[in-house]
Amino acid sequence: MIKLTINGQTVTAEDGMSILDAALAHGIEIPALCHDPDLKPESSCRLCLVEVDGRPWPRVACGTPVKDGMVVETNTPEIRATRREILQLLLDNHPNDCLTCQKAGECLLQKYAYEYGVTFRTHNGARRGGEKARFTDTSSPYILRDESKCILCGKCVSTCAELNERSVLSFAGRGFETKVAADRDETLEASTCVSCSRCVAVCPVGALIDRRVREKKIRPWEADRQTIQCKACEYGCEYEVLKKGDERVIRPLSPSGGRPLCLKGRLFVEAEVSSDLRTPYKKEETEKGRKFVRTTWIEALELDGILDRITCNETDSGK
Amino acid sequence: MSMTIEKLKEIREETLKRMNLRGLPSDKPNAPYRWSVAICMETSCMSSKSREIKQRLLELIERDGKTDEIEVVGTGCFGLCEAGPIVIVRPGDTFYYHLDVEDIDRIYESHLLDGEPVKDLIYPESITEDGYLSYFDIPFMAHQERIALRSSGHIDPEDIREYIAFGGYEALYKALIEMTPDEVIDVITESGLRGRGGGGFLAGRKWRATQVSPGDEKFIICNADEGDPGAFMDRSILEGDPHSVIEAMAIAGYAIGSDQGYVYVRAEYPIAVERLENAIGQANDLGLLGENIFGTDFSFDLEIRLGAGAFVCGETTALTASIEGRRGTPRSRPPYSADKGLWGKPTMINNVETFANIPYILLNGPEAFKKIGTEKSPGTKVFALSGKIKNVGLVEIPMGTTLRQVVEEIGGGIPNGKAFKAVQTGGPSGGCIGPEHLDTPIDFDSLTEIGSMMGSGGMIIMDEDNCAVDVARFYMDFIADESCGKCTPCREGTKRMLEILIDITEGRGDETSIPRLERLARTTELASLCALGQTSANPILSTLKTFRDEYEAHIKEKRCPAGVCKALTNYFITDKCIGCGLCARNCPVSCIKGERKELHVIDTDQCIKCGLCYSKCPVKAIVKK
Repeated sequence: MIKLTINGQTVTAEDGMSILDAALAHGIEIPALCHDPDLKPESSCRLCLVEVDGRPWPRVACGTPVKDGMVVETNTPEIRATRREILQLLLDNHPNDCLTCQKAGECLLQKYAYEYGVTFRTHNGARRGGEKARFTDTSSPYILRDESKCILCGKCVSTCAELNERSVLSFAGRGFETKVAADRDETLEASTCVSCSRCVAVCPVGALIDRRVREKKIRPWEADRQTIQCKACEYGCEYEVLKKGDERVIRPLSPSGGRPLCLKGRLFVEAEVSSDLRTPYKKEETEKGRKFVRTTWIEALELDGILDRITCNETDSGK
Repeated sequence: MSMTIEKLKEIREETLKRMNLRGLPSDKPNAPYRWSVAICMETSCMSSKSREIKQRLLELIERDGKTDEIEVVGTGCFGLCEAGPIVIVRPGDTFYYHLDVEDIDRIYESHLLDGEPVKDLIYPESITEDGYLSYFDIPFMAHQERIALRSSGHIDPEDIREYIAFGGYEALYKALIEMTPDEVIDVITESGLRGRGGGGFLAGRKWRATQVSPGDEKFIICNADEGDPGAFMDRSILEGDPHSVIEAMAIAGYAIGSDQGYVYVRAEYPIAVERLENAIGQANDLGLLGENIFGTDFSFDLEIRLGAGAFVCGETTALTASIEGRRGTPRSRPPYSADKGLWGKPTMINNVETFANIPYILLNGPEAFKKIGTEKSPGTKVFALSGKIKNVGLVEIPMGTTLRQVVEEIGGGIPNGKAFKAVQTGGPSGGCIGPEHLDTPIDFDSLTEIGSMMGSGGMIIMDEDNCAVDVARFYMDFIADESCGKCTPCREGTKRMLEILIDITEGRGDETSIPRLERLARTTELASLCALGQTSANPILSTLKTFRDEYEAHIKEKRCPAGVCKALTNYFITDKCIGCGLCARNCPVSCIKGERKELHVIDTDQCIKCGLCYSKCPVKAIVKK
């Protein structure tokens, strides 16, 4: 165990731990947009900068391992000023859409902008995704993408790459023109995306949205929330049930602890708890490339054949 | 084939016999050749037809059956690229410059056949009352001292035997046979050699850190991803003397315990890549790379990896990512490359010029190296001198040489009688140094102190016709374009800084422009992930420091004092006009009117500010305001 001081408080941490994790373990929150406990640190958002041992150059808390006797300050005026500048840079490239954004209430950019008092402002500079929020990829019945809101934290890319056979998302372009692309910059429909929604579960802003939740117009803070496990396989991936009035929708939760998330599991959970069963879609290879096609619930859950046998069997046995 | 010291010496002696005229210590009296003609075969001279000149000369020699008397050697860079294509005739090192292909016929007939140099083709500054100066005695070569470029211009880079004749691979032999890995690293450490790629980190310390880092597999990487605007030091070394880098990498491999090296070179350097491939092949054939070198247990393989043109891939973590086949973006450190570099293994990365110094240090000892340069920056540094300077080219100077010596003596001053304004060093991460600092000695620490940096060796001279804001805009444009886009401050911040600079140069600057620039500069400096972002604002900060009044003229008076920023510049005809009408005839938009022999007038509303009239006017009657 290692002893260090964070904001004057002596804390213990395990060797190899990052400053960010050590701080979190003691209830000290350091703002971070690209950090995810299940993913390797990208250190790309730069919000988690902290002062280490009084040195003038701040370090990223997510990528700096703790050392014995380290003195960390997470909230100096200089650090806060730098964070404000970073947030301002992000807001200058982000549409002012919090009123209607599905992510409102749990958006990390919104949360930190509020905490640091940074606001949208008009400017005549370039904007990566245009001034207005709009879904730039509506090809998937499960996932909506809005590139104008993307802050390029890279969590979606990392989580997609955690499973080798998926690895659909990657960065494309460079500098200000950097974007997240599916395969060779295709739509989610045309790409090899399997609609597992891992990316949606980790996106800190409104760039990746669960389409079915949005269509029900339920935002998390106004819903009763309950976590349930998928029973489709032994991983037991976690889903959240959002209940508002008579409406119930589900959404995948963060794929932590090696849980993969998959479309079949999602549909399983949907079939189990959703207030209404909406048409399931399957991706098929056609002459015109990959297409989402309507399917039946029995086919989507791969129950055809089995269901007949069960029905037969139960009829035979006289039940 | 396995190599022994006897074989190495045999090759050396054999080859030396035919290299009698190449400025070697042992000028053999029984020279096989009467004349040796060296023709520069580097990118710059080749683009002005040095290959065709060589071909033509070979044809002439062949035609007359003079192959036993005259040798023709394609060599590496001589340095004075401005004078290219360069041909040097030995003995005498007579310096022919700016040659056309047909000129070589005259040199052949007069100089090589009749022994009479062709005066009108000889570089004027080498002509004296008593004859002709050797290339190496012209003013451009004054103050220069060649270590990294020691063989460039003397040997044929495509022939390993000539490198061996010049003492090549003896340092490798010395390391493998006479020294332990520890001793090799001690020598490098003691020499005080600092990384020539930009950071100036002590090479010995880097070698040691990788040597002691635990791991059964380690890698050596040569960073040849040179990308600073105006920089071509590493390209010249690879094109002129590739074996010096190969030998050094093998020595490094022995010292840190690695049997595999990679040269990461940009694909935009096709000649360097070709020479390097050829050199690696020859070294393998002679057993100087591969298994059991010099009969020892040490084996070392070398491979080339091509970069695809991203500036950021010169950053070590981005470079390793690129070699691994991933997107070339930097990652946060630690872990450092010495602990977890290529494929997570301990990796030692030096740049081309750093490696090129290694064989010299090993053969001559750390003391000899330390005698050159300054105490904290020993040795020499190669610079690519360009911009508004008479002698554009490659120079290698001892550390501690002043900027003034480089600009005025080596560089030959500013052309056309213009006044010196600034020198930009350190590439996009460096800064502009104004005239008040011209007497600063060039070394790692002094340049950092005055707000620039050594960088990899780009040195761009600016004169009074350069606009400081426009220069800052140029560099920011480069950086914003080359930002990898990974971290927020660099991706977003450089774009915003560029936008502000464009606003200023186009007359839209206001009182918030400079404070906004300074705030963004501070943020990118403190918060960016890698050095590219952290130093991105240096071109702004350094020009703001020296030329703040120019920024203010753009912002407050909407005026570009240097007359560069088109939106802020208008052309006027003064009463010096003689009414010749040349301006009006050349104007592409016909906006100049006037009667013959009378004062002409420019319609500034129609004027597209192309500057053609300005350059055509025979009496300089046109002014920019």
